[in-house]
Amino acid sequence: MAKRKATVNTRECVACGCCIKVCPKSAITVSKGVYAEVNRDLCVGCGLCARECPASVITLEEAEK
Amino acid sequence: MKRKKKWYDYLWIFSLTYLILGFFNILFAWLGLLCFFIPLIIAVAKGNKAYCNKYCGRGQLFALVGGRFGLSRKKDIPQWMKSKYFRYGFLTFFFIMFFLMLWNTYLVFAQAKDLSKVVTLLWTFKLPWHWAYHGILFSDGIAQFAFGFYSVMLTSTVLGFLTMALFKPRSWCVYCPMGTMTQLICKAKNERGNYIGDYVTDGITNTGYTKIQIEVKDKK
Repeated sequence: MAKRKATVNTRECVACGCCIKVCPKSAITVSKGVYAEVNRDLCVGCGLCARECPASVITLEEAEK
Repeated sequence: MKRKKKWYDYLWIFSLTYLILGFFNILFAWLGLLCFFIPLIIAVAKGNKAYCNKYCGRGQLFALVGGRFGLSRKKDIPQWMKSKYFRYGFLTFFFIMFFLMLWNTYLVFAQAKDLSKVVTLLWTFKLPWHWAYHGILFSDGIAQFAFGFYSVMLTSTVLGFLTMALFKPRSWCVYCPMGTMTQLICKAKNERGNYIGDYVTDGITNTGYTKIQIEVKDKK
């Protein structure tokens, strides 16, 4: 079974960085101030970021890798 | 595993103190300019939103009150509130009101208008605020700006607490004019670089979709 990973809808992301603060694995960055990026190697799919995201643009989706 | 707290995780104390100080001496409102200039300087100079991401005390305050204290329904924000139309519209509206406030300040500086010791909440309700005024040395305009600026800060805090209660704790961040503005600056700065390039050259982005898939997904 494929693992579920946090996935950001980059078009609607407001780049506030709430997700960075709750991520227990420090897997999220907002490097260019436009949208959040998830490092899929670090993401454990816990869903804390999805719950925190004020714009609700993070979902857990099955990674194809 | 809990993230270790850094010094900047306590900046909500600054935001809270700022709000309280305005009840005692309106001139403290000038300090709020820090919350205006620091994010802009960071966005222009470094091309990122480190202010929102790390330092914003107001966001932390909402996270604390809405999250830790649980004064939030934690529901999804309505789709229209995160649309570009609303975000850019709110930014424009905020700008217009801000410039009206500056114009008002100018009139008092130019002595064309008397100092009005009120704080205008939600651009409508004029609250008497004379107790926080203890005289000024140079010009009444300095106090007028303080009243006007504090009105802006109080209004946005009230709106922020309202959406905090209704939706997720930091829903203010979705339509925060400063956040929208710094994101636009970052977009403009990074688009010239490799922001668009990421989609094309990587093939697969951080989201795991190729550029074409992203476009299809957004159309839904």
